[in-house]
Amino acid sequence: MSLSKQELDDFRAGVRAWFEENKPADPGFLLPQSFMEVGTDAQFYFLRDWQRKVYEAGYLGMAWPREYGGGGKPQMLQDIVTREMVRQKVPFMTNTIGLSWAGPLILNMGTEEQKKAYIPGILSAEDIWCQGFSEPDHGSDLGNAQLKAVRDGHEFVLNGSKIWTSLGAYAKYMILLARTNPHANNKYEGLSFYLIPMRIAGIEVRPIRKLTGEYGFNQTFFRDARVPESCLIGGEGNGWQVAMATLMFERGAAGGQAGGHAMMSTEVSEVVALARAAKRGGRPAIEDPLVRDQLVRFIVEERGFALNSARAKVKPLVSEYPLSIPMAGKLAMSEFQRRLNQFALSLQGANAAYYVGDAHAIDRGLWQRAYFNAFSATIGGGTSEIQHNIIGERVLGLAKS
Amino acid sequence: MADSEKKPVIAFSDEQAQLLDIAANFARDKFPLSAARARIAAEADLDKSVWAEMAALGWLGVAIPEEFGGSGLSLAEVVTIAEPLGRHVAGTPFASTTQLAQALVKAGTPSQRRDYLPRLAEGAIGALALCEPSGDWNLTNLAATATKTADGVALSGVKTFVSDAASADLMLISVVKDGAPALALLDREAFGRGRIERETVIDESRRSYRVMLDGMVVQDCYFLEADQTAAALKHLDEAACLLLAAEMCGGAAGVIATTVEYLKTRKQFGRLIGSYQALKHPMVDALVMLDAARSHLYYAAGVVGDGAEGEIAVRMAKAAAGEALAFAADRAIQFHGGFGFTYDCDAQLYRRLGLWGEARHGDAAWQRARLAELML
Repeated sequence: MSLSKQELDDFRAGVRAWFEENKPADPGFLLPQSFMEVGTDAQFYFLRDWQRKVYEAGYLGMAWPREYGGGGKPQMLQDIVTREMVRQKVPFMTNTIGLSWAGPLILNMGTEEQKKAYIPGILSAEDIWCQGFSEPDHGSDLGNAQLKAVRDGHEFVLNGSKIWTSLGAYAKYMILLARTNPHANNKYEGLSFYLIPMRIAGIEVRPIRKLTGEYGFNQTFFRDARVPESCLIGGEGNGWQVAMATLMFERGAAGGQAGGHAMMSTEVSEVVALARAAKRGGRPAIEDPLVRDQLVRFIVEERGFALNSARAKVKPLVSEYPLSIPMAGKLAMSEFQRRLNQFALSLQGANAAYYVGDAHAIDRGLWQRAYFNAFSATIGGGTSEIQHNIIGERVLGLAKS
Repeated sequence: MADSEKKPVIAFSDEQAQLLDIAANFARDKFPLSAARARIAAEADLDKSVWAEMAALGWLGVAIPEEFGGSGLSLAEVVTIAEPLGRHVAGTPFASTTQLAQALVKAGTPSQRRDYLPRLAEGAIGALALCEPSGDWNLTNLAATATKTADGVALSGVKTFVSDAASADLMLISVVKDGAPALALLDREAFGRGRIERETVIDESRRSYRVMLDGMVVQDCYFLEADQTAAALKHLDEAACLLLAAEMCGGAAGVIATTVEYLKTRKQFGRLIGSYQALKHPMVDALVMLDAARSHLYYAAGVVGDGAEGEIAVRMAKAAAGEALAFAADRAIQFHGGFGFTYDCDAQLYRRLGLWGEARHGDAAWQRARLAELML
């Protein structure tokens, strides 16, 4: 289906009006900036209601098949909605694991039954999903996952522990990577991938207090938890391939088809505004040549990300390293966010020392928290250091470290 | 792109894709890196036969209007040629000749355009005399003068970093005339009355000259349109930034490829050195910087000349390309170890290309200062 420019403009105008009218009012507390930061019931229910509202308005999963609760419309329309959500800075879609990882995975590899069972609840936020990849002793070394899944008839018995399970306390389902064969030829071949229910005997979720002092992450313990073999996806022993496909969704190389933004990232324009308001020696900080130089560095870098996406669509301009832009996105953008938020603190003068909870903190302490939370993206999903290895090996072709 | 709800688009035509492909092959064939030192040592400023081939391919008239013998395309197409030339450290007068033509398109008198644009499209070599001993990157801060005399207009002063002056057919010279910057176009006979001296410059692929203007006497008709001169100087600066960015992007891509090849073959302590994270990780950082620089470059190629948006884009492109090449080539020298310290290692060729590119028309910090004026 192709749409005329007029149709697209009309659609965009309708979307803009809907979000302007329906975006939620300030709840009176500091909202999280991503699904990894949901630390209180008040935050969670507020965000879940918001996702449901967006879905019911027809603005989420627009390009997913109608038979599973999607809209069956062109991806282009969903992209317009997502951009408008970012532009208006409305709260993010909290069922991120479902929308960006589990959903695309199930649509790509799942059975008809799995699609029917899981996709509608992902979109409406009725069924929250979490992710069971990392383990306490194997942070970035995903291939070395040790949580045991032992076959017992038509069931698997799970024992072990997963860490960094965001939304674990609220999740109905988990995408899980577990070891089915400890004697496989290599560590990768012994892994299998599951879509498991969370509210069963033998699974316990314990909250982890973050460096910010808040909650949002959990450790999940499995003690003889039993799941039916129908929970397998991609077949026994193929867990690594399924996990890699999922990680490509996570690292931005594919997926996101459900639409909706997952992160409220800091934009340079907000830091520029901060620099205009902040004072240095009686003058606006934005007049300081060093501040100006740094702000422009960030502006150039931020625009570079948008232009990378534009260039990635032009085949002759990415022929030398076709995978570098999609594979390096997570590394470059997460490190950028960390540096940008750090710089935002430095602009606040003495007030940089306030923290979330103090009434005098600039923007309720948003910047302090954003800087700390930025590490969740530089560490999660494979640390920046591991990303360097992966890109060096797969894009540049260097020998394994 | 000021409208943040719209994603930026990089327009790239089939024509550009074809040109990029042809130029990449041409640069590889005609300017192999293995012959870079021979090209540096050669007596002549450039291989005239290769230059004639570039003219025959139509490359010197790419951005010249069809009515003056060009292809009527734009700088966007020129960029696709400049990038591969940079990658092979070709050091031709391609960029300066193109820029000279741009100045004529912008501000030439009708007779200058009629007489000289077709010659440039056919292969006349253009030289730009815009820089002065002060080293100021602001092209309007000039000490050279043009003064009316009984015989005409006498030029006086010194111009520096005039590429290919010895082989040039035409030279564009900036001077102060009647209290304002002016641009004069001189043919060989006219600028030959001055004196030129070869300069020893950091990028040895360039043939750079110091030009003493005293003795050059011209007529009023040598000057470009006075009311267009400010715009022409601005356009020259932006076109130069764009083409330097293209060359430096090409250089960054070239030096990354060269270094990666070395890291894949060189062993130390029984292991390929590319397996060491201390080398692998900075190579990835270089790649990330190159990606951003190339994206800025091809966006800028499409919007150059488009008011403030065009200026912002080319300055960003130059800042990004300069820093990408500086980092990649600096690390390339280090990562080649002892070999990197020798003249034989190609890393130095690229590092010199980058230092030249940063010194011409403003380094990254200068570009950012201009961007701050435009954007903050």
